Amino acid sequence: MRFAYIAAIILALAPNAHAYEIEGRHSYPTASGEVTLHIISTADINVFEPIILAFQQENPSIGIEYISASSTELMKAISEEGAVFDLAISSAMDLQTKLANDGFAQPYSSAATSSLPQWAVWRSLIFAFTQEPAVLVVSEAAFSGLPVPNTREDLISLLRIHPALFSARIGTYDVRISGAGYLFATQDSRNSDSYWRLTEVMGRLNAQLYGGSGDMIRDVASGQLAMAYNVVGSYAASRLQEFPGIRIVQFEDYTNVMLRTALIPTTATHAAESGVMIDFLATLTQRPALTALTSLPPISPRALGENNANRPIRLGPGLLVFLDRLKKKNFLEN
Amino acid sequence: MIRPFAQSSIRRRLAVQLSLIAAILSLAFYLIVRAVAGQAATDTQDNILAASATSIADALYAEQGGVVLELPYSALSMLGSISQDRVFYRVIVDGETLTGYADLPPPEPDFATYAYRGEPVRAVAVRRVISSGGQAVEATVIVAQTRLGLAAISSSISSTAAAVGIGFFLFATALGLLAAQSALAPLNRLAQSVKRRGPHDLRPVKAETPSEMLPLVAALNNFMARLKASLSQSEDFVAEAAHRVRTPLTIVRTQAEVALRRLEKPDDKKAVRAMIRAVDECSRSAGQLLDHAMVAFRTENLLTDKLDLGDLTSEVCSHLTPTAGLKDIIIRHDLPTTPQPFTGDPILLQSALRNILDNAIKYSPADSEISVSFGGDTAYEIAFSDQGRGFGCADASSLKKRYSRGINVGDVVGSGLGLTIAEAVARAHGGKIDIRENKEGIGACVLLILPR
Repeated sequence: MRFAYIAAIILALAPNAHAYEIEGRHSYPTASGEVTLHIISTADINVFEPIILAFQQENPSIGIEYISASSTELMKAISEEGAVFDLAISSAMDLQTKLANDGFAQPYSSAATSSLPQWAVWRSLIFAFTQEPAVLVVSEAAFSGLPVPNTREDLISLLRIHPALFSARIGTYDVRISGAGYLFATQDSRNSDSYWRLTEVMGRLNAQLYGGSGDMIRDVASGQLAMAYNVVGSYAASRLQEFPGIRIVQFEDYTNVMLRTALIPTTATHAAESGVMIDFLATLTQRPALTALTSLPPISPRALGENNANRPIRLGPGLLVFLDRLKKKNFLEN
Repeated sequence: MIRPFAQSSIRRRLAVQLSLIAAILSLAFYLIVRAVAGQAATDTQDNILAASATSIADALYAEQGGVVLELPYSALSMLGSISQDRVFYRVIVDGETLTGYADLPPPEPDFATYAYRGEPVRAVAVRRVISSGGQAVEATVIVAQTRLGLAAISSSISSTAAAVGIGFFLFATALGLLAAQSALAPLNRLAQSVKRRGPHDLRPVKAETPSEMLPLVAALNNFMARLKASLSQSEDFVAEAAHRVRTPLTIVRTQAEVALRRLEKPDDKKAVRAMIRAVDECSRSAGQLLDHAMVAFRTENLLTDKLDLGDLTSEVCSHLTPTAGLKDIIIRHDLPTTPQPFTGDPILLQSALRNILDNAIKYSPADSEISVSFGGDTAYEIAFSDQGRGFGCADASSLKKRYSRGINVGDVVGSGLGLTIAEAVARAHGGKIDIRENKEGIGACVLLILPR
């Protein structure tokens, strides 16, 4: 009886009997309802809904079926199972790059995409539409009387000086289950040697591992954690009002900037409408009211330039290195 | 033998041939640049692929009886830094795929281009022998990249080469046209200098000519010299013949006059008179032939004496008054009393005036008048008007040709040389002969026009 119940849920969630797991499905049909764009995305629906509604206001004839899934499931759905989607949106840049490199994406170009900076497009296949820095979120209460670290070196020495204060009170991604966490960690390891010392220190202090940014921010706000390392900045920024006791620190040595990207899978049945959506996403900069609603920072070289430490993670084959089977194994072992 | 271009212009042939050469060179330039650029781009890609594969091979090491790979970030990111091409790799150790794309075929030979996942890729294989667990195993690292960036480089170089090639072709064609023009300039100059010559100018061509044209000019000069010699020979012959005929004719005439006085019978007298008239005509024709030869000779080396045209004209008139008197023709001359200065050859001018007046007398009916008048403001116009039959409707300019006569003169003996001589003299002095019908309706008017 219980098995049947679970099966019913799975069937309800995945009517086509997919092997990949989805987290949610939301329909935004239109009155005319001629075309329905199937979007698979790693973003929570409440983050993305304002974009869908604004998009449909401009394009009332395009209905939208929004399926949220984790980045690895998204990858599996498209590369292994040939699932039919018109648009794949993910924050896992490495997986998106692999999809494009392995030939699962189709090219698209328009005036809007060519107005994007060079680092935000790869091969007319992947289009970035947000720039989200990885930040340190600290609890103001825990840091009362202590200097807030501005670099990783500062952080390491702080942790070494006050081990008792931070024991079991540091949160970071579990790189084994979080795509974004793995991406940030691999970029960290590439950018500086201090990363390995930092992980070592954090490991000794019994750091807590999380699957998502939301939980980490919540625990920092509640005081359970003194700080959370490598949190997606946009999530933290959107929670500032909700949790007044937290503070966002952007490191000055370097700050990885993750790009949320969209691509049109080769299986797409409405590639033209997908292009309309990509154009809409690429021009988010011109819709400040909308981006305020979603708290997704649009692509803006000017905003990026405000902090010299900002380093957008470069799209391209370099990202494939960390997806290498052996490499990933080695990295996780370390 | 067929020569398709034998008739076409040398300049066009030169221009076509030069532009053909330019086109061939431009095309060769384009093809060579494209091939070299394509090869250079391929070599560059090969070098980067080899560097990438080598750096992967260097990162292979043996651990716990197996081969392990620490894939260097730079190995793949270096491929992404020059172009946005798709990248594939595969590491094979001891025949087994260690990591990467298991279906990526090894290139044969070590650098090769083949299709993979629907796109042409350039693949490189690097081999290493690794000691693992006490025995050597062979490892092969294959790195492949699509050729999008390469195609972009090739096409940009190709279009630059094409633009340069077209520019070169246009420039070379323009230069070729100029070269053809300037190479043919001496020929045009020669043609112009020959064309500008008068009808009787048979002097050798002395214009400066390029060495290639010297044989042509020499042949032309040689030909003209022969022509001139032949012409002067025939003129000499005519003059000689006329001269030789005239003297015996004079003797015949004198003898005939002597015989006429002795004859009594009117029939005999009539016959001898006719004979005398024929001898006169004959002698006159011989004189004209002599005149003509003399004119041809003298105009070549024209004398420039100062003389008075009025005097000359009145002299000729009085000289011919007896001849006119034979036909009861009155020569009325209305000549200016003031001097009419002119520079020229008096003998030629006399001959011209005499021939015109002689013609007028010959074609005037008996008991008529010939008026000789002087006029003209910008040029001397000496007009001879008679009351004869005119020239009929014959073309005025053809009358001035040698041996040509009016169409209504069948009954009068004549050679047709008179006006030709006058015309030659007038031309030699920069003037001309004008022929028109008489204003009073009957007769003709011949004008000798000479520059003042």
